[in-house]
Amino acid sequence: MNEETKQKIEQQLRDNPVLLYMKGSPDFPMCGFSAQTVAALRAVEAEFAHVNILEEPDLREALKAYSNWPTYPQLYINGELVGGCDIAVEMYNSGELKKMVAAND
Amino acid sequence: MSSRSELIQQRLAALSPVELTVTDESHKHVGHAGAQDGRGHFHVHIVAAAFAGKPPLGRHRMVYAALGDLMETDIHALGIEALTPEETKSQELK
Repeated sequence: MNEETKQKIEQQLRDNPVLLYMKGSPDFPMCGFSAQTVAALRAVEAEFAHVNILEEPDLREALKAYSNWPTYPQLYINGELVGGCDIAVEMYNSGELKKMVAAND
Repeated sequence: MSSRSELIQQRLAALSPVELTVTDESHKHVGHAGAQDGRGHFHVHIVAAAFAGKPPLGRHRMVYAALGDLMETDIHALGIEALTPEETKSQELK
């Protein structure tokens, strides 16, 4: 991964306490898993930023290596990978997602 | 069962699962942009003692690690349900 892309990822993670790397945008998700993750975040009234990885092919590959996570979406809270769709939905169901997002206000 | 599902099962055997179900859901995604590269959508239900004490993130990482290059060559998307034998028991009680 080139240094510039890595710095870009680190900057995005610093700037956005809740950040979703997804396919498409929250209003026009291009994948069912991204859509479900957005729905979970909206259900807990999270303020979140997003990056559409379909528009950023370099970043799309680089982030997989950076996080050692092979699929999208990828949800980050306070710079840490929380997980993909299954984990976000699981944490929504357990109430943990709401707590994490609230702790972040 | 598709041969891809069998491949996934073989790789996941490394986690010594007591239950393992691999479902090929690719047919649900025909025509979707992600299906165009020919890789598939799958769902894995796996129960293994190795998941004990591991958070969901760690469990998913173990599954991805066991699948290795299949994530690049055969799998486009993967739903994962990773439980310990104890957790399946408590689910049955609910």
